[in-house]
Amino acid sequence: MTVEIGHIALILAFCVALFQSVIPLVGAQKNNARLMEFGDRAAVGQFLLLAFAFICLTITFVVSDFSVKLAANHSHSDKPLLYKISGVWGNHEGSILLWVVMMAGYGAFVPVLGKGLPKGLKARAIAVQAMLGVGFLGFILFTSNPFERLNPVPLDGSGLNPILQDPGLAFHPPFLYLGYVGFSLPFSFAIAALLEGRVDAVWAKWLRPWVLIAWSFLTIGIALGSFWAYYELGWGGWWMWDPVENVSFMPWLAGTALLHSIMVLGTRHSMASWTVLLAITTFALSLVGTFVVRSGVLVSVHAFAVDPERGVYLLALLGLATGGALTLYAMRSHSLRDIKPLNATSRDGALVLNNILLITALATVFLGTFYPLFIDAINGSKISVGAPYFNLTFAPIMCLLILFMGIGPMFKWRQDSLKRVRGPIMIALKAFGVVFLLTALFGKSVLGGIALGLAAWLAVGTLIALGRKANWSLKGLRAQPAATWGFVGAHLGMAIFTAAVTSMSVWADTEIGTLKPGESLDLGAYTYTLQDVSGGKRFNYDYYGGDVLVAKGGRHIATLATERRFFPVRNQLTTEAGLHLSFGQTLFASIGEGDPEGGFVVQVYRHPFVVWIWLSAVLMALSGFVSLADRRLRLPTRAKEVNLTAKVGAAE
Amino acid sequence: MNLRGLIPLAGFFVLVGFLAFSLTRDPSILPSELIDKPFPEFELANLAETDTLDASLLEGKVSLVNVFGSWCVACTVEHPQLMALKDETDLQLVGVDWRDTRENANRWLVRHGNPYDVVVFDPHSKLIVPLGITGAPETFVVDRSGQIRYKHIGVITPEIWDDTLRPLVESLQAVQ
Repeated sequence: MTVEIGHIALILAFCVALFQSVIPLVGAQKNNARLMEFGDRAAVGQFLLLAFAFICLTITFVVSDFSVKLAANHSHSDKPLLYKISGVWGNHEGSILLWVVMMAGYGAFVPVLGKGLPKGLKARAIAVQAMLGVGFLGFILFTSNPFERLNPVPLDGSGLNPILQDPGLAFHPPFLYLGYVGFSLPFSFAIAALLEGRVDAVWAKWLRPWVLIAWSFLTIGIALGSFWAYYELGWGGWWMWDPVENVSFMPWLAGTALLHSIMVLGTRHSMASWTVLLAITTFALSLVGTFVVRSGVLVSVHAFAVDPERGVYLLALLGLATGGALTLYAMRSHSLRDIKPLNATSRDGALVLNNILLITALATVFLGTFYPLFIDAINGSKISVGAPYFNLTFAPIMCLLILFMGIGPMFKWRQDSLKRVRGPIMIALKAFGVVFLLTALFGKSVLGGIALGLAAWLAVGTLIALGRKANWSLKGLRAQPAATWGFVGAHLGMAIFTAAVTSMSVWADTEIGTLKPGESLDLGAYTYTLQDVSGGKRFNYDYYGGDVLVAKGGRHIATLATERRFFPVRNQLTTEAGLHLSFGQTLFASIGEGDPEGGFVVQVYRHPFVVWIWLSAVLMALSGFVSLADRRLRLPTRAKEVNLTAKVGAAE
Repeated sequence: MNLRGLIPLAGFFVLVGFLAFSLTRDPSILPSELIDKPFPEFELANLAETDTLDASLLEGKVSLVNVFGSWCVACTVEHPQLMALKDETDLQLVGVDWRDTRENANRWLVRHGNPYDVVVFDPHSKLIVPLGITGAPETFVVDRSGQIRYKHIGVITPEIWDDTLRPLVESLQAVQ
């Protein structure tokens, strides 16, 4: 019964979305307040219906109702509750339902929080958001219905993919989707702005928090995915440049550019059409990501079950949404004229440079990811692009970006001179020099020295920028708005990230050997000794594994428990690496094939500062949330609304 | 409308064109590094422990090298398909018994029938690793000269055999 009610709620939500995508548009065209207000109610209603449908689906998983095909295929009565729940989105149908729930959720926030928005803009944005909803709900209802029944009912489910049975991964997709889907709002507002032929400060002010939210969630989502791959897949890598990772990273790069260009638009009323284009691009890249993961056009470890029908539908959806948006952009973008020209030596100019570099970085990732596909289409040969390409092309652009990131924020808006920033640049340059020399000397790596020096340059530059904003006084520091702290946190996070990635790339160490219990491997100053290996059955898998003791200079440092697990239901094998996470050296061991007589293949690792890669990502994401608290991002209340729009209108 | 505004749209259409094309291709055909390369060298005992086998066993006949194990549920699914090929004299069926014990493998082959002309026993993934196997079952088509020509991941269904593997095997057999 729950299943049918959920199904009906889903169909109702589809109908609501259909009306919601037309009526407010008509209302905005005719300036009819009642028709526009219908959109407000429909947006909330659509979300409630979808949330209800999602709860219904979750219930079928929790009570193990295997008459539902999805639960039968992806759940199992023996599974812990957490994984029964995460199983809801650990598959194609459920995860796409989660996607629409979130999209409708973001849409519902527009009427709830956007009371100060111009009515026409709001109505149009709500309608566009609903059009996206119609597309995805149609996709679910016609190709991927999660509420499909199964007859005869199986005795038990066939289990969640064991690789996905992990807390890190249980929370990875929701965060990732909150990010992906969060960029649907900037998209809808970009279309609404094109329809209105006007982008102004109100638009930028209203949208910036949503870009921040989406960006922060996406940052957390990507970091969780990276952390999961690091300890679950047991490869000892934190980023593989795998196509599926890349397609989550591309919206992040575009979103980062958007985050900065929207600041220019909000403060200086320029880069209007560029910002609109970025808003469209960012969400389009999220759609491309969904298409790639779910159509299976690129080979990846993460791909969902491949289904050509779904691929065709998603491509049509991508083509309609993005193609439509870009057609509108081609027709209307000339009406979004910039009010004031930009000056190169100013914060505005620095942010333009930031955008150029980020988009260049995005282009290199894009090219590397889709190159195999292009080549296959052109001459039919199968190639794959690996990490060396990305390291060679992406890293130098990022270094350049960090170089300008260190000094850009020191400039004033509007107009500034190089002379004013010469002093701080010299200080940052000294920091670079000292760190470079020390690293090159003691770490014996010139490239590592340059990269660590750049991290120091960025950190010092950021702190100087903060000091100058606060006039070097404690009182000034206290008076800083939340956005300043967001900027400081995010940029320092980037500095830490750079340092951590550098030390991982230059000073990480690994060793592999065949060990019988009691034997040991040496890695630098560390000795890894394999203890007794035992096996057995647990929950829904068979396992064997043991402890690896790590000692340094005879002193015990850590005990790493590593295991191989075999899931008979899915016929799948996973490796649980033994991890000793620490702020300094992370020690790591994973056990492979073998037996007690011949020995087990054991791989051991020493990873300096690797945890800071994820901690710095968390710092960046938190900084995004901190920025939200900035008062200047609040929309004026209704009474002031008329006043402000009038002023912006006059400025045009 | 201005021309500059059309640039993003044009770029996007090119991308959609490529994506649409890619939908018509099956990426799992992606050959792995091994396609058109010689079968990796190995030296392993056969299942009966009467003989030592190496890559030369693949020369002279077109072979189907099938990775299986008694623990592998999906292998029982494709087993009838392999049994149907048992009597094809022109095609050599080579089993690679992976991560298994001799006892279990023999019991499994007695129970379900033994379609293989020869079974390589590989309990410690000595051959599996150079072959780049991600899971069982997986099947390689090897030509007369010992070159790998195709890799199929997963169960050989009757459709896959009829539409993909059989035509390939027959075309390889036609080459002298």
